[in-house]
Amino acid sequence: MWSFSHIANEMHEWLSKTFNPTLTLIIEMVIAGVAVIGLFAGLGLVLVIMERKVSAWMQIRLGPNRVGPKGMLQSLADTVKLLVKEGLTPDGADKFLFNLAPFIAMIVAMLLMAPIAFARDFQLWDMNIGVLYVSAVSSIMVISILIAGWSSNNKYSLMGAMRSGAQIVSYELSAGLSVLAIVVLTGSLQVSDIIQSQKDGWWIFKGHIPVIIAFVTFIIAVTAETNRAPFDLAEAESELTAGFHTEYSGMKFALFFLAEYVNVFIVCAIGATLFLGGWMPFHIGNWTDFNHVMDYIPSSIWFFGKTFFLIFVIMWFRWTFPRLRIDQLLNLEWKYLLPISMINLVVVTAMAILKWHF
Amino acid sequence: MYRQTEIINDASQNPSLGGSGETGDLIINVGPQHPATHGVLHLVITLNGETIKKVEPHLGFIHRSIEKMCESLSYRQFIYVTSRMDYLSSHINNHACALCVEKGLQVEIPPRAQVIRVLMDELTRIASHELWWGAMAMDLGAFTPFFHAFRERESINDIMEETCGARLTMNYIVPGGVMQDLHPNFQNKVKAFMQLYKRKIHEYDELVTGNIIFQNRMKNIGYLSPEDAISYGCSGPTARGSGVSCDIRKIYPYEIYDKLEFDEVLETAGDSFARYMIRIREMQQSIRIIEQLIDNIPEGDFQAKTKAVLKLPKGDFYSRVETARGELGVYIVSEGGTTPYRIKFRSPGFSNLSVLDHIARGSKLGDLVAMMGTLDLVIPDIDR
Repeated sequence: MWSFSHIANEMHEWLSKTFNPTLTLIIEMVIAGVAVIGLFAGLGLVLVIMERKVSAWMQIRLGPNRVGPKGMLQSLADTVKLLVKEGLTPDGADKFLFNLAPFIAMIVAMLLMAPIAFARDFQLWDMNIGVLYVSAVSSIMVISILIAGWSSNNKYSLMGAMRSGAQIVSYELSAGLSVLAIVVLTGSLQVSDIIQSQKDGWWIFKGHIPVIIAFVTFIIAVTAETNRAPFDLAEAESELTAGFHTEYSGMKFALFFLAEYVNVFIVCAIGATLFLGGWMPFHIGNWTDFNHVMDYIPSSIWFFGKTFFLIFVIMWFRWTFPRLRIDQLLNLEWKYLLPISMINLVVVTAMAILKWHF
Repeated sequence: MYRQTEIINDASQNPSLGGSGETGDLIINVGPQHPATHGVLHLVITLNGETIKKVEPHLGFIHRSIEKMCESLSYRQFIYVTSRMDYLSSHINNHACALCVEKGLQVEIPPRAQVIRVLMDELTRIASHELWWGAMAMDLGAFTPFFHAFRERESINDIMEETCGARLTMNYIVPGGVMQDLHPNFQNKVKAFMQLYKRKIHEYDELVTGNIIFQNRMKNIGYLSPEDAISYGCSGPTARGSGVSCDIRKIYPYEIYDKLEFDEVLETAGDSFARYMIRIREMQQSIRIIEQLIDNIPEGDFQAKTKAVLKLPKGDFYSRVETARGELGVYIVSEGGTTPYRIKFRSPGFSNLSVLDHIARGSKLGDLVAMMGTLDLVIPDIDR
């Protein structure tokens, strides 16, 4: 059957036959890099138009509808505009750091794509510490925000950056703990192992209430980690104009903007992988006929379907809730989410040892 | 122009300019162009981390010297300038001016004109509170309610457009009555609006009022005691949220308000949430007033007979009305000519803004925006 892994294998065989092993490896790396950049840009475009359409639908209006069929090319047009726009660097800014920050944001977003399994056997790098890698690399994101806020020489930016620093560092804890719940159940940090462990049912169904609690904690924590409303204090429009990227314009702003959306995609992909089985089709125990029918749906559709569902949920949050205040935000994490996820992790560990899950 | 810039650069060292002289104070300019101020208001905020130590409003960015302009306009003309003060309740501004001129002229207003004026006043009040509700939610970071509020406000604007010919600056009132008769569709459209409103009002509570994040942001924030509300000269929903009874429609009834059944909405908590609930409940009282009047518009003239050129007798005249934001007073000093010698407007926004520093001290920066929202500031009303 046609699939992504099929194409990848064909390509690898042909390259191995044609070139020597070193050159093959180099060419494959270049192809992978180009694919990641393409995916980065493509996801940005798709998610921006999706956000605008979702918000329009929730706000009883039409949304973009002029450029292309049903306005679908609007974000492409916006990107072109941002590309040709002058990228100003303010006078008092630290020029080197100011220009470095958006690239760090972008590089982090790209690095995070490595361990994600987009379809069956279609993964850039199935390292044995996959989940740990994700939480490690995603914490670099805060550095780019801090650099951007500090180097802009703007009080609004600085406040946005400081808020964001406090927020991301705090919420990483409960995001990490809820990820650990699945790692404990699976016994592996490797993404492919985690997906394989869900072949007779996704963790959210197999793991009883503790895993559901972990899932809800995870969604709240990653919403905060990606600076999305109701936790968008870093760029709180009505308070700090645009927070840490107030001074950015043109393509440098666009890189922050794209990185935010790609980060949303990545955290949702991680959530879908850990709790909803990644590319694994919907299987129920030993109903072989039912499982067989489900297998006919391509694995990439399963993966992107789950991921986009989670993205929709996060967008739904954004267009429904008011913003929290900074002290309420930190209270929520340190007084509620963190204790809950700690106790939850203990419960999950007990469950894993006693084999109480399905 | 940038007189302020110098002040701000060394304000942190200068106690007389707001700084405490301590290191660690951050002085930040909110406005004149800022999404939170809903207009060109400039706030100089002294912060310690996220905590507010002092808020200093700088006014005058949209000062158009309306009071001075009115001195060279005739008593028919000056009413229309006042639409541009508090543009969200422009009809009520016109009403206040017309009442003052009528007091001087000693004319009797036909009952039909009185009912039309009150109906339009209450529609304007609902429209103004709708917009405030949307903007309030937007200040707290929720964007969707803004569009939901505009859906209902739009149908009020349509009613206004049909009868007055304008959607925002209605200019419908003339001394002695209203400019023209109601549009034949008026009653049907108002009834349709009230049906729509009653069908949708529960969405307001579901989307915003009942939201736990919203309540946490609003409750016990920005406390204003009744004594402070009185001494700062607050009026309207801002004062009523602290339990100060100050509804001009009840205390000094004008037109037919004394014959109508409605409650003065009062809350005693004095916090942001109380001020929020006042406006939400006030909209329902306005609906109640409209319900009483819409089927009972008396027949007759819509305008009293007045001379072509109005002359007020020598003396001074004062009238006050309840706008959507509070008490609007109009004070005219006449020398007996065709134009006023001096006009003074007592606008509700100015006094309500002055309380901002008092209620904001000690709270977080994010709450400042919410408090400004609950004061319902319209900047052209403050500057005039």
